[in-house]
Amino acid sequence: MVTLLADGERGEARMASAADARALAQTRVRWELLANLVRKDLKVKYKNSALGFAWSLANPLLYLAVFSIVFSGFLLRGGVPRFAVYLMSGLLVWNFFATATMGATGAVTGSANLVKKVRFPRIVLPLASVGFAGVHFVLQLGVLFVVLVPLHRTAFGAQLWLAVPALAVAVAFTVGMSLLASSLNVRFRDVEHLLEVALLAWFWLTPIVYPVALVKERLGELFWLYMANPMATVVVAMQRAIYADAAPIGKDGVAVPVLADGGYAFYLRWLGITGLVSLGLIAIGLFTFRRLEADFAEEL
Amino acid sequence: MGGEAITARGVGKRFQLHHKRATSLKERLLLARSSSSEDFWALRDVDLAVGQAETVGLIGPNGSGKSTLLKVLAGILAPTKGEVEVRGRIASLLELGAGFSGELTGRENVYLNASILGLTRREIDRQFDSIVDFAELEPFIDNQVKHYSSGMYVRLGFAVAAHVDPDVLLVDEVLAVGDEAFAAKCLAKVAEFQAQGRTILFVTHGLDQVSQVCDRAVVLNQGRVLFDGEPAEAVSKLRAFLGTSEDPAAGLGGDGLLEIVDAHVIDPAAGGEQLDFHVGDKLAIDVIVKGRAEAPAADLRLVVTGPADYPMFLMESPPGVVPAGGAVHTVRFLLPAFPSLQGLFSLSVALIRSGGKDVLDARRFGERIRVYGPATHGFQLVDFETELLPPEDRP
Repeated sequence: MVTLLADGERGEARMASAADARALAQTRVRWELLANLVRKDLKVKYKNSALGFAWSLANPLLYLAVFSIVFSGFLLRGGVPRFAVYLMSGLLVWNFFATATMGATGAVTGSANLVKKVRFPRIVLPLASVGFAGVHFVLQLGVLFVVLVPLHRTAFGAQLWLAVPALAVAVAFTVGMSLLASSLNVRFRDVEHLLEVALLAWFWLTPIVYPVALVKERLGELFWLYMANPMATVVVAMQRAIYADAAPIGKDGVAVPVLADGGYAFYLRWLGITGLVSLGLIAIGLFTFRRLEADFAEEL
Repeated sequence: MGGEAITARGVGKRFQLHHKRATSLKERLLLARSSSSEDFWALRDVDLAVGQAETVGLIGPNGSGKSTLLKVLAGILAPTKGEVEVRGRIASLLELGAGFSGELTGRENVYLNASILGLTRREIDRQFDSIVDFAELEPFIDNQVKHYSSGMYVRLGFAVAAHVDPDVLLVDEVLAVGDEAFAAKCLAKVAEFQAQGRTILFVTHGLDQVSQVCDRAVVLNQGRVLFDGEPAEAVSKLRAFLGTSEDPAAGLGGDGLLEIVDAHVIDPAAGGEQLDFHVGDKLAIDVIVKGRAEAPAADLRLVVTGPADYPMFLMESPPGVVPAGGAVHTVRFLLPAFPSLQGLFSLSVALIRSGGKDVLDARRFGERIRVYGPATHGFQLVDFETELLPPEDRP
């Protein structure tokens, strides 16, 4: 009799913990849910489109065309040798950051119906925007590497390993920004507009279309101030990883300084600093998101 | 283990009613100093314990906080005060098909929606056929949801939510969806959940449903729990409270201390009693009350009801409008403009002990106000216009 009771109790306790685990599944971030949301965004975006994903290559190609023309002679003397490679090594990671952050900003406000009616971990909404931008980034990067095989063999050297920490920092910084922007935007819709303008200015403050060596030369002692921009750190490291040559030989046979540094220490040091900044930003973003999350259903 | 599936202790929920809501930084700064926000407590000191496998109905007049309570329990709104604990997986049927994406097919939406509700891919794979079967959408499951009719949409939404395999089911007036056959199917599903020992809490206006389905019912009014107990008793309490009971004086503890003698609908301009009005007309309702010498002060509650005694709107007097003591009093409810509702309306009047909850007397006065609107096609409940839009070019 006693054992029977104990058995029953254990059974009940097991049931309770199973129920708790199932409850947790509704509030915890699940990779599967995240993947499903990303897949949904991709499907919705490319449904009924004949070219589908190919369209996501249109944006970088357009930039390439425009800036190639602008910088081909009348703005920058001589220009950057292999400008296309230089541009792409910075532009793609910037686009990842910018589209993810912009997408995340509207992610919660755009899913008002869901947020107001269903219980689920809301944090997956901005994270799905990062994932969505990430999928495009990976595919674009894939295309870039295929093109680099015949065009720019130097990319496939040891320096390419620098892309690993650079991408990790880029993802961390983007996640932090996304969490912060998406939750603040629920309270203040200004964030969306502000960010749109800020990203434009930010783009030009980051050495994507012009050589960073030029900035270093002009700013001298104050160059660190320029590098304090986390995206500058990431972009510069990506350029070192893919473009590789710090001072390639230009058309007239003279070396053109393009990158800030030809070694690794400079990049690793800055990536370390930005990495710490990004972790801090994630902490602030998580804190803000958790704080504001409780009121999402009311504010929308 | 406690055995309670749902526990709410001292739950209060405050909303800030911004007369002009600050949604931007600029407005927030501008409005920071102005006192244009007003606190509104949608829930006050709500204590609720629902045991496992219990089915509890949540009833009350419109705006009594039922939906807010469900949302707080579902974890969608955070309580301002108190705490809420729910054990197990919750399925909240607050709105069916919330989060469906029109561009995706039914199949894709099932996977996405179920995933949002907490199911793993393996669980969905297992349930998929059963979901489609329940929704009766087999031929259309690979069509985009934007081409679904609203009935199909809602059916798929219910089917997914019903297959979440919830431990606790929170339902908000969604059982009346779709056609009658499907509504019956939904009710059957709820009965199946009951038989499986799941916990159900549902909001409903179908008071007959409450006695049929529930083990217990909770009556809410103005965010407070008015009654918690037997469903039949709860329903009669609510009916008495609203003054829509068929035998209004039944079960009232007034002992004839104070009674409602009559009610007249008057055109204040002409002065006499009148039946026919137009939307926007000025209108007065005089309630005549007679009290014995030992009668307490009382409040009056007047509900204007439409067809099938459905409450249209409620008017509550300031507390103590009927003074204590023996006399005949006439209390006038003055409507400066009758709202945009048309049809034949009845009045339900209740006398409530001031500062208390007990109903001293309640009476119904049938078909006292007939309101015409500008519409020329007979009675329409609300004002509207119809317009033929140019045909849309749709493939």
